[in-house]
Amino acid sequence: MRLYLEVARRTFARMNTYRAATAAGVFTNAVWGVLLASVLLAVYDERRTVGGFDAVDAVSFVFVAQGLLMVLGLFGDTEMADRITTGDVVVDLQRPHDHQLWWAAVAYGQAAHYLLARGVPIVLVGALGFGVRIPPDAGQASAFVLSLVLGVAVAFGWRYLLGLSAFWLLDIRGANQVGWMVAQFLGGAFVPIVFFPAWLESSARVLPFASMLEIPIEVWLGQLRGVEMATALLTQVAWALVLLVAGHHVLARAVRRVVVQGG
Amino acid sequence: MAEVAASLGVWGHLAAARVRSDWQYRTSFLLLLLSQVLIASCDLAVVATLFSHVRALGGWSGLEVALIFGFGGVAFGLADLFIGQLDKVSRHIKAGTFDLLLVRPVPTLLHLSGSEVSFRRVARCLQPLVVLAVALVVLDVDWNPEKVLLVPVAVVSGAVIFGGIFVITSSIAFWTVESREVGNAFTYGGDLVVQYPLDVFGSWLRRLATLVVPLAFVAYLPAAHLLDRANALGLPSLAAWASPVVALLVALVARAVWTTAIRHHRSTGS
Repeated sequence: MRLYLEVARRTFARMNTYRAATAAGVFTNAVWGVLLASVLLAVYDERRTVGGFDAVDAVSFVFVAQGLLMVLGLFGDTEMADRITTGDVVVDLQRPHDHQLWWAAVAYGQAAHYLLARGVPIVLVGALGFGVRIPPDAGQASAFVLSLVLGVAVAFGWRYLLGLSAFWLLDIRGANQVGWMVAQFLGGAFVPIVFFPAWLESSARVLPFASMLEIPIEVWLGQLRGVEMATALLTQVAWALVLLVAGHHVLARAVRRVVVQGG
Repeated sequence: MAEVAASLGVWGHLAAARVRSDWQYRTSFLLLLLSQVLIASCDLAVVATLFSHVRALGGWSGLEVALIFGFGGVAFGLADLFIGQLDKVSRHIKAGTFDLLLVRPVPTLLHLSGSEVSFRRVARCLQPLVVLAVALVVLDVDWNPEKVLLVPVAVVSGAVIFGGIFVITSSIAFWTVESREVGNAFTYGGDLVVQYPLDVFGSWLRRLATLVVPLAFVAYLPAAHLLDRANALGLPSLAAWASPVVALLVALVARAVWTTAIRHHRSTGS
């Protein structure tokens, strides 16, 4: 356990060295936030609420989502997959630690960095420019943190599976793009899924993608209470377990069956 | 003329080589093709989702927004197909492989455009093209020869404007090495702007999209002119015909920036 904490801590420190990239990223996410918020506000010119969200909820959703995209890694990072493509994974597998836990630790280190470097400034931009709803009490704030920690696990589980496809595909750009495009859309990265038609919204809630982005933000906004909140958190736990166990088995299969590139 | 033909020939060879190399990883290629269809479909699905709650956005009906969406999507798609690969120039600069391009007897832009072209991006143009065609047929446009001519002129001008934005934002990489993220705000962010009527954006964003990054000329002004609608910029309807002039200006600026950037280039690792 200490090893993995150390991996997370060092990843966090390593990420902090890219200052210019952080500034550029905040700029881009803020531009997107402003554009998407403007489009959604045009909807609220015509009506007061959509799917239980009022205009402030929608604008808050947009900026919190922009702030969390990198925390969750919803653009798809191929650092691990690249090591499979090049064959370096052989070295990783020989080391005396669990491959999946190692990369999960990396994911949490990155998430912590992006939360401070991206999440906080982008939500501030939204708060200053448009007004953003902030969790009113410690209870709701800690529920959000819990939901976000689970969301990172679900997103990591998905990324790990997509990355492992490199054992078979070698070039994972296609799988990566399709996988994350679907995750972003059904996760509410473009419009909150409460805007979807009922059939699509209920399907999206059952799939793992809502567990990544939509649920943590709904918790942030105070949209989920009591039983709804418990169901949402349990859905996240369930998906995190399913994806992580699946990743564990797929890796075992890859190690048994696949001839590693260059090996 | 012979020079142009030779350039096109070189581009053809480079592009053909690229297609053959992409085709080596077949599953990945097909998945990438699928992802391009998905990207375009997600954009359309977002517009459709919004219109399931309202009858108009910024005073524009669903079909009218579809016209803007079509113009914008085709223009962006074409630019992305021919020049979008430039946003990877930072990778060449970091790896030092940009030097190789400089010693070759082919213009650098042409070389990058051809050798990294990805025909999967054709998929990204097709869907907005269908939307554009449907909107043009279904909408009650008061057609005359001038308006018919505006349609292709607007598409080509829009593609050139986006192409210029790709070149200019990619040039940043020569100074900062990394350029993609800031570039994305203008390229993909621009793609978002041209999918909606400018009426939905605040007045300063509108001014920005007219005077600084001239996205208004890509889709909004041509669509407003075809529909004989007043535009939110307070410009005369015929301002749509300024699109080719704006496109030419953007292209000239882009060329100047790219040339300066290449002069500025210093190889990494030296």
